[in-house]
Amino acid sequence: MEISLTVNGVLKTVDIADENTPLLWVLRDTLDLKGTKFGCGKAACGACTLHVDGEAVRSCSYPVKFAEGKKVTTIEGLGDRENPHPVQQAWIEEIVPQCGYCQPGFMMATAALLNKVPKPTDEDIDKNIINICRCGTYYRMRKAIHKAADLQAEKLTNDSKEA
Amino acid sequence: MKLKPFYIFVSLFVVGAILVFASSPKISGYSSLENEVIREAKSDDSYNKVMDVLTHQRCMNCHPSDHIPKQGDTSHPHYFGMARGEDDHGFKATSCNTCHQSENNLNSGVPGAPHWALAPASMAWEGLTRAQIAERLLDKSMNGNRSHQELIEHMTEDDLVLWAWEPGVDADGEPRTIPPVSKEEFKKAVEIWFANGAIIPSK
Repeated sequence: MEISLTVNGVLKTVDIADENTPLLWVLRDTLDLKGTKFGCGKAACGACTLHVDGEAVRSCSYPVKFAEGKKVTTIEGLGDRENPHPVQQAWIEEIVPQCGYCQPGFMMATAALLNKVPKPTDEDIDKNIINICRCGTYYRMRKAIHKAADLQAEKLTNDSKEA
Repeated sequence: MKLKPFYIFVSLFVVGAILVFASSPKISGYSSLENEVIREAKSDDSYNKVMDVLTHQRCMNCHPSDHIPKQGDTSHPHYFGMARGEDDHGFKATSCNTCHQSENNLNSGVPGAPHWALAPASMAWEGLTRAQIAERLLDKSMNGNRSHQELIEHMTEDDLVLWAWEPGVDADGEPRTIPPVSKEEFKKAVEIWFANGAIIPSK
């Protein structure tokens, strides 16, 4: 069956044999977007987190059929080298990653959090950022999340001035 | 002379029979009592069936008294620190729907059903007795202002309620347990219990 979805702003149509195939595998294997990682396959670790219509979703447990007609954003669509998202910029500045494998999921979860809670407290972070990092980079991530909130606020101020 | 004992026996039998019938309650009154007893017995039976389901983990796990959803047959607190949040759907950026969709996921073992969420705090059942659960269920100030008819519809038609009988598999691929009463038996019990006045036996 054919499924149409917008991935990082580009309309894509995929021909898929099993509509229950996890969105993660369609992105990685069919659309060649390798930034979203497979961790546990049970929606537990969060390495596969991306956005569907702006909401954080664990894509290893999200059948592609549910993405029909929706807007999917992966780490590749969050920002790029020239124009990084505040979360990506903060991650670079705080030198967060160690092995790096789980970080795209954390960054997508953080971006979703900042969309809902622009200035998160430590409690907000504890409640909403529940991914798992085996390298234990949680301390640096917390600093980066606060920095990302500041960078995003700064960016919004600058954007409104320019407008 | 040989017939004398026979006549005495017959006479005593006739007198005994008259006494027995004379002291019996009127037929109409006896019938009324019997109906009442039967009605109450039926009500108790349906009540027990309903409560056997409502107190099963598949239902109780999402009716917590501490705002923390429970998981599994052991009813352990939901992993990852998930909790009710402001609207019964978890937290702002990490909500129920971050992982739970509108149907069970047989690949990951994540359960799902339409409008997956915790029951409202007013419908917390965890730790209550069966009678207390029933009282709360019937209390319009606690049950979302539902009438008996609306409760029947909710309990027999709502996809999330009926998910209890189609709970999918767990993270290890093992089928989740289902309530001890079949779905059809439960629906029937709900209808009978309400039809008989939703009597709570202990009251």
